[in-house]
Amino acid sequence: MLEITEGSHAVAKAVKMSRPQVIAAYPITPQTHIVEALADMVADCELDAEYITVESEFSALSACLGASAAGSRTYSATTSQGLALMFEVCFNVSGMRLPVVMTIANRALGAPLSIWNDQQDSIALRDSGWLQFYAEDNQEATDLHYIAYKVAENPEVLLPAFVCFDGFILSHTYEPVDMLSQEDVDRYLPAYKPVQRLDADDPISMGMYATPEYYLEFRYEHDQAMKRARNAINKAGKEFGEMFGRDYSALVEGYRLEDADTAIIAMGSLCGTIKDAIDEMRSAGKKVGLLKIRCFRPFPAEEIRNALSHVKRVAVLDKNVSVGAKGAVAIEVRDALYGKALPVLGYVLGLGGRDVRISDIRNIVSLAESGKGDQFYGLRTEVL
Amino acid sequence: MRELRIHGRGGQGSVTAAELIAVAAFEGGVYAQAFPAFGVERRGAPVQAFVRFNDQAIRLRSQVYEPDYIIVQDSTLIRDVNVFLGVKPGGIVIVNSGKKVDASVPAGVRLITIDATSIALEVLGLPITNTTLMGAFAAATGEIKFSALENALRNRFRGDLADKNIMAAKKAYDMVQGGA
Amino acid sequence: MALGIGCSSRPGKAPNNKTGSWRVFKPKFNHEKCTKCGMCKTICPEGCIEESEDEFFIPNESYCKGCGLCAEECPSDAITMEQEEK
Repeated sequence: MLEITEGSHAVAKAVKMSRPQVIAAYPITPQTHIVEALADMVADCELDAEYITVESEFSALSACLGASAAGSRTYSATTSQGLALMFEVCFNVSGMRLPVVMTIANRALGAPLSIWNDQQDSIALRDSGWLQFYAEDNQEATDLHYIAYKVAENPEVLLPAFVCFDGFILSHTYEPVDMLSQEDVDRYLPAYKPVQRLDADDPISMGMYATPEYYLEFRYEHDQAMKRARNAINKAGKEFGEMFGRDYSALVEGYRLEDADTAIIAMGSLCGTIKDAIDEMRSAGKKVGLLKIRCFRPFPAEEIRNALSHVKRVAVLDKNVSVGAKGAVAIEVRDALYGKALPVLGYVLGLGGRDVRISDIRNIVSLAESGKGDQFYGLRTEVL
Repeated sequence: MRELRIHGRGGQGSVTAAELIAVAAFEGGVYAQAFPAFGVERRGAPVQAFVRFNDQAIRLRSQVYEPDYIIVQDSTLIRDVNVFLGVKPGGIVIVNSGKKVDASVPAGVRLITIDATSIALEVLGLPITNTTLMGAFAAATGEIKFSALENALRNRFRGDLADKNIMAAKKAYDMVQGGA
Repeated sequence: MALGIGCSSRPGKAPNNKTGSWRVFKPKFNHEKCTKCGMCKTICPEGCIEESEDEFFIPNESYCKGCGLCAEECPSDAITMEQEEK
């Protein structure tokens, strides 16, 4: 049913209906409203879960690691510095192949201190072995939580997942969201059945010491699981579409791309603004389209190659920067298109909450048309 | 698509006003989007909040630069911030002030001044003017029905507090309808 | 050995690892000097010294690494370390 609600509260409701058994989180702007809402639900007995209050994000994810190892469906949420503090545990959770789902309300990383949105936090964890989904709007942000659990817990995958949605821009926005009913969610997402778990009557050890004879093989297996996740996402997204009418089977999504000369690539809430900009540019006769990356890990290289086979140039918009190189998405898109004579131009923009407007998208398309790229966009040169 | 920009100070309830206007608009059958632009998070600092109204789902995520409507919760902001910036011709600006506003609004823009602080003090006993100005907004723009606003307020506040806020909003609604 | 998911494994037991072959010196117990105090059993880091029926103490040579702590601590100097012929 369509209802108007704050993004954070919509996500909290989706998490509640996913029936997590253990939640451990530490509040941090702009994630706070999600975990406050969940704490209320547990306190009001609307959600039968263990809510573990902790003294830091490191402890939050450590508690989730233990709970997931014991066989519970587990949830956390964080952002920015909080995610940075979880860095070590993130690798342990994924290495132990524990299907924890965590919402990232994307925010810039300090220093300088910023509470505003960009995607540097989750991008900095791109090598941590977690699935990474990016939501365009609060509809996707809620739906992707059900899909994340379904894919993460698939015995072929067994990997943790980030569901990323832009801090403030989505987390604090009231907009209509079609919320599933509990019955619908239960039909789509049955209870978690762990393949293995900590059990005093049948003990195992997890995350053991791997000598040089074994470590390489463990990383290979981890990578293989991530590759199998593509299939699992296709399947889980298709099933969701068949049941509820919103198809998430593809890791990327094109908008007016079929006959486009210029393809824009972006992730997250930026895609909505880009779509409005494309409609405007199309009315003025410019053939521009969007390729939205909804799933960044596993990286959809093949889908990107196929989707861009006919375009003349690609403009990649990154709300992150790998300092000393480029935006992460631009680097990986260029890698996906290796061997093709197709200009791929990167633009780093919107960092630390800098607003991105339709006119900015128009300007970037003009820059791409004149072959100028691989740059920061929107710099206030007067303060440099 | 129509857009509203609310100027206020931290603690005056600008963000809540934006949310409740969006909720009321949604009840009226349009797509609505409300979001804040947090600055420094402290009481008294200038803040902005935005609402969009549209017949289709709203995809645009940038802030509002060319609003159809502006609400100014605190007339002292006019000195510090260019609150009328970008307002569209034919737009409506609602300013909370007991005096004549000594700022020039662009030509073709309707300026409504309403002493929301006095109404709020009289009805609520507090100088929190957001709900009063929502009543003025409903009357001036027709974007939201008063009944929808009433429902939104009743869902957000409890009992007596809801009644008082509805009363304050109604008072402003009637004043603006009567040609304030 | 196939890899366990997430580097997991079933628990094993220390006795699965016979450590006696690591030894260079082995303890020789002189029962004439021994007062049966049991210090050697208490101190043995490998837990491989057992008490026999006649209350003397005997190391299990399958596990004794030859560390020499029992000889060092024996209050009666009843244990000497001797090089083992291999």
